[in-house]
Amino acid sequence: MPLYHNEDQAMLADTARGFIAEEGNIAKQLRHWRDRNCKDGFGHALWKQMAEMGFTGMLVDEADGGLGMGHVEAGIVLEEIGRNLTPSPFLTSSVLAATALKHGSADLKGRYLPGLIAGDSVFAVAIDETAKHRPSRITTRAEKSGNGFKLSGAKSFVIQGASADMIVVAARTSGSDEDADGITLFAVPKDAAGMSHDSVRLVDSSMATHTRFDGVELDGDAVIGEIDGGRAVLDAMLMAGRVGAAAEGVGVARGAMDMTVDYLKQRKQFGRLIGEFQALQHRASHLYSEVEIARAVTIKAQQLLDGGSAHADLMASVAKAKVAKTARLAVQEGVQMHGGIGMTDEYDIGLYMKRDRALAEFLGDATFHANRVAELSGY
Amino acid sequence: MADLAQFRDETRSWLEANCPPEMREPVRGEDDIYWGGRRATFKNDAQKAWLEACIAKGYTVPMWPKAYGGAGLSAAEAKVLREEMGRINARPPLSSFGIWMLGPALLHFGTEGQKQRFLNEIARGEIRWCQGYSEPGSGSDLVSLQTFGEDKGDHWVVNGQKIWTSYADHADWIFCLVRTDKENKYGGITFMLFDMASEGVTTKPIKLISGSSPFCETFFDNVAVPKSYGDDVPAYVGTINRGWDVAKYLLGHEREMISGADGGERQAAIGAMMKRHAAKLGDELDPVLRAELANFDVDALAYAAMGEKFLDEIKVGKAHPAQPNMMKYAGTELNKRRHELMMAVGGSRSLEWESDATESGKPAKNWLRTKANSIEGGTSEVMLNVIAKRILDLPGA
Repeated sequence: MPLYHNEDQAMLADTARGFIAEEGNIAKQLRHWRDRNCKDGFGHALWKQMAEMGFTGMLVDEADGGLGMGHVEAGIVLEEIGRNLTPSPFLTSSVLAATALKHGSADLKGRYLPGLIAGDSVFAVAIDETAKHRPSRITTRAEKSGNGFKLSGAKSFVIQGASADMIVVAARTSGSDEDADGITLFAVPKDAAGMSHDSVRLVDSSMATHTRFDGVELDGDAVIGEIDGGRAVLDAMLMAGRVGAAAEGVGVARGAMDMTVDYLKQRKQFGRLIGEFQALQHRASHLYSEVEIARAVTIKAQQLLDGGSAHADLMASVAKAKVAKTARLAVQEGVQMHGGIGMTDEYDIGLYMKRDRALAEFLGDATFHANRVAELSGY
Repeated sequence: MADLAQFRDETRSWLEANCPPEMREPVRGEDDIYWGGRRATFKNDAQKAWLEACIAKGYTVPMWPKAYGGAGLSAAEAKVLREEMGRINARPPLSSFGIWMLGPALLHFGTEGQKQRFLNEIARGEIRWCQGYSEPGSGSDLVSLQTFGEDKGDHWVVNGQKIWTSYADHADWIFCLVRTDKENKYGGITFMLFDMASEGVTTKPIKLISGSSPFCETFFDNVAVPKSYGDDVPAYVGTINRGWDVAKYLLGHEREMISGADGGERQAAIGAMMKRHAAKLGDELDPVLRAELANFDVDALAYAAMGEKFLDEIKVGKAHPAQPNMMKYAGTELNKRRHELMMAVGGSRSLEWESDATESGKPAKNWLRTKANSIEGGTSEVMLNVIAKRILDLPGA
């Protein structure tokens, strides 16, 4: 498969770019909801519009009412979301939770997928328990209780946790904290008794929760996949989420770069456009080169994931790490080259810097994934 | 696709029958590479047999038309051939600047007569070419070159000096940028072809920090270059005074080549190999070195994906015309980093300049060689200038 978008994908990219630039732009969404102190951190109307565009259920199988598309397609939408810093439940609901639900029972799918596809429901995922991503260690426990389970523990960095109609929770049903086996995934409905959220606004104006589970009673049919065999589902979900986050990061990097290159062509100092200075030209050219490479490896990871390749896991981490490093460079160069106004709230470049920080941390940052690349490679 | 599968089967059997076992060993030294030319000798019978089999099949230049010594393969077929050769570690039968540089220029700009003669000679490895571009005063600013060809009617008299001429001391002919109009900077250069055995041509190898001498200074002292070598075989490519167009085309091609994108699959990630290497030396990677290797592998694997994307896009004309500059920049900088890390892992062993364990200082010599990667064929700084101008469209670039 050639490493560029085919005709259908190029068409989707055109559509997504136009739609998200129009409806999901920074003024209309990010600033709008932020300035109103919105408790969700995103707009439900846009989520509904994304459903009408067919985006929300794009990864859901056709048999389940979705579009049965792949991660290349989801990545196209995510890149535009990244470019416009669009706050939306797309990554957590349509990529992470949708991937988990692929492994769910017909009953679970029937309960949750129609709402996702229609843009009526929002899902979150609860994986992390400490300040750094560390899915190898799961201490939240689910103990057998009657026909179901009783869930106890705490999760953090649950994006849009308080707004979610359902949260996919990774919990331990057997073994000790660091064991690979003994994990089970649960679909926890928003009204579950014993679940409480401590909502926090993050640096990028997105909303996350520290979520506690104090003996939350769950039916047996809340289980996604196999009891004690949830590691495989969790891994699939993480891989999809990382590749998706990489795609969104490419959008953040490209958005910041384009804005900065434009600025170099407008701002005058010493009687010249600052873009005439070679010191800045070389930095801009280096950034361009890194962004192109980050985008290439992200598309590579998407294709491998869609093709079911055994290599996908490694390349997902390569992509996540490369994009994290590249987007970081893009936003730092962006603010620096904008000079003083880059530090003001009025200019958007600072918003890119904030979003990059949060997105890079989500599902593992650059060092987490570089370390993972080394481990998967055998050193 | 069915045709490609059949082509793969045929190629596999052909390679099985024609590629001698000795030619399936990694290239260990300079004498394992066959460069062709009047003075070339074969290292062994296997090298000779492999070359002859490939010439007969058109596989020294698989994508060139059959009329010029190639096999007329499509890009997809050529990729299959590369993959199948890679699968059995088959060595390239013939390496030459004729294949990599002059050939593509002639295919693009040459007359039918030039193609018939020069391309066939190159494909059969009969003539070894060198490239006369840089001059002592014209490196990055190549277009300022001063080597001058004085018009004497049916011939030019060429005087001047070239530098960094790869293997000029082994070459039979040179393709050479010569100024033919002093008043016109860009429109006053002719892309000439002439015999290195001509009277007045001398070469002097330059010893590099790696100890090897792949480059020469080349001097022209009243060299008479005829304007034509026969019917439809002019001694210049393209038009007189328009040689810069050809040079620019070739520079783009050279940058692609140096970037490694055209060189098939390279081993991108090195961390695991370095861990084994350290273990063999009785050491282990310290955590910070391991981290640097991990960061390198991320960049190298990402760049490999970029190389794949770039080649795929070139095939269908989707790549930005200036993209080879970006590939060359990123690829050469990465390669320098690769060898810095390999030297670090090797520790004091990698410092050995003369020892059996290092095959006479291979790690150090390869490391030093990579420092030229970001200089030759356009420096990294020139690449960044070109990206700024042609891709980012920055002002005054």
